[in-house]
Amino acid sequence: MAVALIMVLVAIGSVVFHWLSPWWWTPIASNWEYIDQTLIITFWITGIAFVAVVGFMAWCIFRYRHRPGQQAHYEPENKRLEVWLTVATALGVAAMLAPGLFVWSQFVSVPDDATEIEVVGKQWQWSYRLPGEDGKLGTSDVRLISDTNPLGLNPDDPNGRDDVVIEAGDLHLPVGRPVKVLLRAIDVLHDFYVPEFRAKMDMIPGSVTYFWFTPTRTGTFESLCAELCGVGHAVMRGRVVVQTEEEYQAWLQGQRTFAQLAAR
Amino acid sequence: MGDVAHTAGTAVPHDDIDGAELYHPHSWLTKYVFSQDAKVIGVQYALTAIAIGMVALVLSWLMRLQLGFPGTFDFIDPAAYYQFITMHGMIMVVYLLTALFLGGFGNYLIPLMLGARDMVFPYVNMLSYWIYLLAVLVLVASFFAPGGPTGAGWTLYPPQAILSGTPGGQDWGIILMLLSLCLFIIGFTMGGLNYTVTVLQARTRGMTLMRMPLTIWGIFTATVMALLAFPALFVGAVMMLLDRLLGTSFFMPALVEMGQQLSYGGGSPILFQHLFWFFGHPEVYIVALPAFGIVSDLIATHARRNIFGYRMMVWAIVIIGALSFIVWAHHMYVSGMHPWFGFFFATTTLIIAIPTAIKVYNWLLTLWRGNIHLNLPMLFALGFIVTFVNGGLTGLFLGNVVVDVPLSDTMFVVAHFHMVMGVAPVMVIYGALYHWYPKVTGRMLDDMMGKIHFWVTFLGAYLIFFPMHYLGLLGVPRRYHDIGQTSFVPDSAHTLNAFISVVALVVGAAQLLFLFNLFWSLRRGKEAGPNPWNATTLEWQTPETPPGHGNWGRELPVVYRWAYDYSVPGAARDFTPQNEPPPAAAP
Amino acid sequence: MIVTLLVFAVLVAVAAWWLARQGLTARPWLEGQAAAELAAPGIPPLPTAKIGLGIFLAVATLLLSLLVSAYAMRMEMADWRPLPQPLLLWANTFVLVLSSLALHWAARSARRGHRAGVQDGLLAGGLTALLFLAGQLLAWRQLAAAGYRPAANPADAFFYLITAAHGLHLLGGLAALGRAGARLARGATTARLRLSVELCATYWHFLLLAWLCLFALLAHAPSIAWLAALCTAPFR
Repeated sequence: MAVALIMVLVAIGSVVFHWLSPWWWTPIASNWEYIDQTLIITFWITGIAFVAVVGFMAWCIFRYRHRPGQQAHYEPENKRLEVWLTVATALGVAAMLAPGLFVWSQFVSVPDDATEIEVVGKQWQWSYRLPGEDGKLGTSDVRLISDTNPLGLNPDDPNGRDDVVIEAGDLHLPVGRPVKVLLRAIDVLHDFYVPEFRAKMDMIPGSVTYFWFTPTRTGTFESLCAELCGVGHAVMRGRVVVQTEEEYQAWLQGQRTFAQLAAR
Repeated sequence: MGDVAHTAGTAVPHDDIDGAELYHPHSWLTKYVFSQDAKVIGVQYALTAIAIGMVALVLSWLMRLQLGFPGTFDFIDPAAYYQFITMHGMIMVVYLLTALFLGGFGNYLIPLMLGARDMVFPYVNMLSYWIYLLAVLVLVASFFAPGGPTGAGWTLYPPQAILSGTPGGQDWGIILMLLSLCLFIIGFTMGGLNYTVTVLQARTRGMTLMRMPLTIWGIFTATVMALLAFPALFVGAVMMLLDRLLGTSFFMPALVEMGQQLSYGGGSPILFQHLFWFFGHPEVYIVALPAFGIVSDLIATHARRNIFGYRMMVWAIVIIGALSFIVWAHHMYVSGMHPWFGFFFATTTLIIAIPTAIKVYNWLLTLWRGNIHLNLPMLFALGFIVTFVNGGLTGLFLGNVVVDVPLSDTMFVVAHFHMVMGVAPVMVIYGALYHWYPKVTGRMLDDMMGKIHFWVTFLGAYLIFFPMHYLGLLGVPRRYHDIGQTSFVPDSAHTLNAFISVVALVVGAAQLLFLFNLFWSLRRGKEAGPNPWNATTLEWQTPETPPGHGNWGRELPVVYRWAYDYSVPGAARDFTPQNEPPPAAAP
Repeated sequence: MIVTLLVFAVLVAVAAWWLARQGLTARPWLEGQAAAELAAPGIPPLPTAKIGLGIFLAVATLLLSLLVSAYAMRMEMADWRPLPQPLLLWANTFVLVLSSLALHWAARSARRGHRAGVQDGLLAGGLTALLFLAGQLLAWRQLAAAGYRPAANPADAFFYLITAAHGLHLLGGLAALGRAGARLARGATTARLRLSVELCATYWHFLLLAWLCLFALLAHAPSIAWLAALCTAPFR
């Protein structure tokens, strides 16, 4: 009796906690509200399943608890019941998977008009590179990294001469324009993570990974590292400032290009 | 020895059969220490696993102290914190759960439940334990090595695992960790061969595969999986060891560490992740399947009802085992692997939910119309269902590739895997220990202490891990020794962290009570008798309790029925042991 | 990982085939079958040790296939510089074939009860296996002297790793062979030794087959590069 009651309380308590919890996702600042919606669908389906399972279990504990003279019912299997349950489960799973895959296909298809920018992780700070006037990022190689060339840009690549290099500063982005974030690490794995953008991806030394998103509201957002990268993992922070186009352009004028840095 | 199983039933004493001499201990040392008796080896495995598990428990306390009250404890600096989480994770997953389920329960239960006298290769079985012990000692040694144990996280991702920015990366820590894993795998392979071949060859007369208790099905399938999954970890560990010691570049690309160009070049960090998770995902089911099997038997026995849909349960175990090898990359959705893989692995991952759900339904349907005795094994089984369903359902978030993107590497993941492969299997382990302790020692564990232990552990663990999901939803990343001042983290989140830590300390203390019970009941527990639960399976039908050497006296049992003849209409008792002949066939 | 998955698929197929013959669709709660099952066991099952070896070989195959998978994934990258294969490896391969033949002979002699044949076969097999290992070590030395050290290039590292993995397996086999030889020397009958010798022979054939596959991969990787490219395309 008490056991059944406690199990019911566990189920109800979980649901109540879910609704009353002050801890919920950060207000979204990118185009990925589809991800949030898929998450909500998943919460509904799994929540119903959880309450149903625990509730049924509690009822069984109460109804079929041992009492003198109680005899269990002998029934090795019930094909119909099992088939029905399987079909219902498959439908529930499909209802979560289908929207998930649909959104994923958007997530991996970068729009053609996305601006390429680069985020470079190293122990334990972020650096950024924005394409210059030509809109193209130059090539880079880890072997070229030195004190004067912290991101390892190729000095012989004309595309890279006008790239804007921001070492350990804030990343600024114009609102409403899609960006393809190219991710590079020069020592160990990192992961550029801004909770408000929802999207993230590991950065792997030796290769370039990417994700894309469109900032949808202005503001300053904190970025963290989300892939263990050594003792300084928790202090690897940065800031992303999303601005209107005019503010962004004004900021951009004040930044120095790779050519200017190299000439220093 | 396969023919033994078929001839011994006709009253030919086992010892007289050529080539099948039963191992005979000659001294105290060979009986209890260097024993080749699977029961002793099983107990040795279990005690060693529990001992190293206590280390993991203390480590979890230390890291919860840091997370709940950051800055209060000076000795827990970031390096120490990362060492604690790494060792806690590795110990729990490999050295405790895998070793206890397969080495502990596997060794003790396989021969007894199948009506065999022992494992088929007893000497190899003994070696398996001693190599496991050596692996544990090497692991413990890393705590005392210069630089301390590795702090690379239990996933040991290169390049950071062997670089100086990680504790133990350029010291002994990572080397000892990898060596210990290699030893564990070698030892496990020896044991695993035993468990598999024993199930294939040494079943007694009448014990068809479909009459085996689900415990054996779970352990057997998990063992086969482990034999196939561990080589991937072995290869990865050896290659990383060579990268660290000989300067090869299997996993090491050209990189600049702290401004220094290193001589590595051309390796692929992703290759390690593929190898690791090709092991790592099946590993989840290597722990889960024995738990599934054992909990099925606990529920059937204590609800006095046949397990519902036995055939479905067996098929589900086998299907889950096979499928679990093609879902590994769902741990790598944000690893930068080719994005098209997301479609494939999300689909396989969510498909695996279906057979798993069937198992849950069948446990519930076994309770339904049963005669439920709410004793300790049953309570833990119920606790398992709640935590496993909870953790399994949050797995549907993380398996669905796009939902995983915001949640990966947050506390949501930590909460999910602790619920599903931490708390849930541990619930089963406790249920199983309360269930089989009377067989191993002849005495019952104390009921009062057990009840306290159950409620504190179950409710406490739920209070720890359920709210933790919401920290992850908020965006708190995992593996942060201190979230500190972060714009999106409200103060209430720090309060929640402190609450979780306090509960964790209490839950940990309840485990000490269990340990005390384990030793206290050894002398003072109630006498159990041979079959205190009125169970049908063979291990409860041994002529002696605890079972003697060779398990069965002169004659092996003969099996006439499946393992779940509970409350059969018309039977005199509400259980019919597997070796009880049908009325017509009785002499 | 495609190579591994193929090996894995084969293992699953074997397991499925075996399981399908175990009556997994039987309804075990129906007692009707009891009498039939308790009747004579039918065909005598394989010796336990042979099944044990079979499972071990499956594990070893998977281990080697993982190495091959890793090799194939790595080969794809631009900086891959295959190392020259010393002619010595061909000689070593020939010696390993001889070793395998010798053990085949020993096993055949054991089945027929020819004690002398068993003795000669084991001795020849053991010595040729040792010769093979010595040859492999010599090949390592030649390569190292020519500047192809493990740390030089991943191709070199893989060569050392794969040959070492194979060599260690053979070394383990030699321990078992030595044990059988010692029992023979102590006067065990060929009938009692038959199983041990057969197991050794099976293991040697496996290692020969494994070596032929690995050698083909190591020495002729360029010619199978298209296969590797196909297999690893999705991982790039």
